Amino acid sequence: MVIVYGDSPSSDQDSSPTASTVLCIRPPWQESEQGHFLPRWPFRWCLGSARWEEDSLQPPPRSRQSVTPPHRRASVGVASPRTPVLGGGVARAGRGRPRPPGGVTYLCGSRSLIYRSRGWNRSCRGSERELFLWLRSYLAADRTVTMPHSYPALSAEQKKELSDIALRIVAPGKGILAADESVGSMAKRLSQIGVENTEENRRLYRQVLFSADDRVKKCIGGVIFFHETLYQKDDNGVPFVRTIQDKGIVVGIKVDKGVVPLAGTDGETTTQGLDGLSERCAQYKKDGADFAKWRCVLKISERTPSALAILENANVLARYASICQQNGIVPIVEPEILPDGDHDLKRCQYVTEKVLAAVYKALSDHHVYLEGTLLKPNMVTPGHACAIKYSPEEIAMATVTALRRTVPPAVPGVTFLSGGQSEEEASLNLNAINRCPLPRPWALTFSYGRALQASALNAWRGQQDNAGAATEEFIKRAEVNGLAAQGKYEGSGEDGGAAVQSLYIANHAY
Amino acid sequence: MAHQFPALTSEQKKALSETARRIVANGKGILAADESVGTMGNRLQRIKVENTEENRRQFRELLFTVDSSISQSIGGVILFHETLYQKDGQGKLFRDILKEKGIVVGIKLDQGVAPLAGTNKETTVQGLDGLSERCAQYKKDGADFGKWRAVLKIDNQCPSHLAIQENANTLARYASICQQNGLVPIVEPEVIPDGSHDMEHCQYVTEKVLAAVYKALNDHHVYLEGTLLKPNMVTAGHACTKKYTPEQVAMATVTALHRTVPAAVPGICFLSGGMSEEDATLNLNAINLCPLPKPWKLSFSYGRALQASALAAWGGKAENKKATQEAFMKRALANSQAAKGQYVHMGSSGSASTQSLFTASYTY
Repeated sequence: MVIVYGDSPSSDQDSSPTASTVLCIRPPWQESEQGHFLPRWPFRWCLGSARWEEDSLQPPPRSRQSVTPPHRRASVGVASPRTPVLGGGVARAGRGRPRPPGGVTYLCGSRSLIYRSRGWNRSCRGSERELFLWLRSYLAADRTVTMPHSYPALSAEQKKELSDIALRIVAPGKGILAADESVGSMAKRLSQIGVENTEENRRLYRQVLFSADDRVKKCIGGVIFFHETLYQKDDNGVPFVRTIQDKGIVVGIKVDKGVVPLAGTDGETTTQGLDGLSERCAQYKKDGADFAKWRCVLKISERTPSALAILENANVLARYASICQQNGIVPIVEPEILPDGDHDLKRCQYVTEKVLAAVYKALSDHHVYLEGTLLKPNMVTPGHACAIKYSPEEIAMATVTALRRTVPPAVPGVTFLSGGQSEEEASLNLNAINRCPLPRPWALTFSYGRALQASALNAWRGQQDNAGAATEEFIKRAEVNGLAAQGKYEGSGEDGGAAVQSLYIANHAY
Repeated sequence: MAHQFPALTSEQKKALSETARRIVANGKGILAADESVGTMGNRLQRIKVENTEENRRQFRELLFTVDSSISQSIGGVILFHETLYQKDGQGKLFRDILKEKGIVVGIKLDQGVAPLAGTNKETTVQGLDGLSERCAQYKKDGADFGKWRAVLKIDNQCPSHLAIQENANTLARYASICQQNGLVPIVEPEVIPDGSHDMEHCQYVTEKVLAAVYKALNDHHVYLEGTLLKPNMVTAGHACTKKYTPEQVAMATVTALHRTVPAAVPGICFLSGGMSEEDATLNLNAINLCPLPKPWKLSFSYGRALQASALAAWGGKAENKKATQEAFMKRALANSQAAKGQYVHMGSSGSASTQSLFTASYTY
């Protein structure tokens, strides 16, 4: 049985008259403060064209009222084109097409009740009031649910919003520019090219990157900002956020507050930033950010990463992710395993698998909606001091294998960090990953900082005259990585200075 | 943290991975013919046949001696201990008959459930003692995969954290031991359909359970590419008044798997859990037609849902051999098509196929 509230459903309903029951009544509305019409009992309904929410209800006992109760296997749905969506919707039975089972036949426009039910081949008329009373008691009846249902962390609309943002960021051929270097990290970068670390210089440098022309639209899906940069403007007074959004690129924000030591460990850390995170996220969302990033750091040595470090970092990532999603922000989960050390490829793969398994267990425990997240892991590579050299294909195989064993297919995209690889290495590895013969159910793309900016930084060297050339360098790397994210990069073949120079800095903190 | 100590060599991994893939290749699934003596007793009682070893042997013989075209629908058969050593009328071992058809032979390894004190009648599974030696022997005797059934229920305060952790842990221990002995472990964390909960709740519980199972498998260094998963489909409880279509069941099921089962797992073979033969096939078909990405094979490991019609046709009488075998072949073929999303509903078949096979609090 289907109950339609409101005078008449919109005319574009599916009106195929298959076996079903339809009830059209006008319930007593009450008007809320915002001018919304609410019925007097808890119900869910949807705005716009027919979308049905189903509630799990017990059928009422058969009675001898003049209004006949519905068939035993009734399910009750509600829709009204004019009523608004409530914030916490019912978790629906599956996510199939938004149509009630069995189709709908509309008999509407009249104040009297006409309904047909499956198994009842005649129409019954009853008074509106009588049916309404029966219906109210039917719906208010104590439904048997033996155990508290899960408490949905997100409504269906919130989930859709998060999922859409995530998919936009990792659309085919697109990746992320990580331009979220903190003040301290920028100091190191700028000192390498002999530029003073002032706020103005940082602004000028980011302007070089963000003034890239429309060619970046097809290879950059998102840009991660540092807090300061989110509120900076270019020389014409246009906020950077707007410039980026106008290119159709999603704006992101770094929200962690750096690492802190874990006492009793061999120099291991966790990440801070949870205090007041919800309020900060809400503010960032208003200020234009749609995704966020939080970096956790683990390292490989004789006795690390320890069980505590893995557990603690996974937990803190899951808390951050949960809070972000509550505020409409897609969390990028970054459990970086540093390349410092002389361990080989196998060891890195092993550790990466353990870390990622812990991360996804924590995300599950914290009820994080995986379809609305992204993962930013390290590629599986040997330690920087390892004597053995591996080809991009070996790196790709180890990386994809590790991901296949730990990252559920629900995650829409994996955006690798470059972690000190040279620009060319990072592109070649990403390309090999996308050509790996193993089945890969997620997008595999980039979220590069140094590996997108090194040449640009070098070309700029703090001189405004070089800005155009510097921007060109950036666009070049962006396009190359856009190809690599589709496995279409053929390699540069050149020994370009900045491109192959290793960008490794020991024990890197952004 | 200690360096990794590889649990398996690459040859061992290769053998396990190939066996697992063979079982679920090309729309093939598993016949779960591993009913214990007690459970067979329940089945035979329904068709008024005495539960003797000979009767059990006869019925299994009918199933295993069908035409070899069965190997296009059935990739593996799970046997009970007794059956692994039984022979057909001519003295040929069942396991040899199956192997000649190209079907992989499996063996039930658990030894039933044991209660967890302090819970609302929840259980764990026993069978770990001496499991390694048993596995080595079964491997010599022709088995190439194993099965272990953990049971969780949805009820007041259930499944509890302890039940989930404990069952996930025993599954992971079993899987690890199997792999050491060259057997592919089928991991079965069944959330039974008893109760009046709705499908959403089952999905939530299934996601929590599977997340715990895969974390445990990872902790125990189990080689995922050499395992198979045998979960419940996500359905409403049997006493739930709300009815769901196969498409809804499919979407909820694949979503739950999507969020928890790593792509490295080669195949997922659903249990039928008391669904009628036809429902089990329709649901599997809808699952394979579900629009979400599905990086694993989605196939079947059915007991009742493959054998109900055959059992009814047999009735204990040898002269019904042809009818029995035809009934079985028909369901096998139907499910194989469903595993490829190609099943076309034929309209109502015999009453046995639509009759619900639900038995409350089912134990094999």
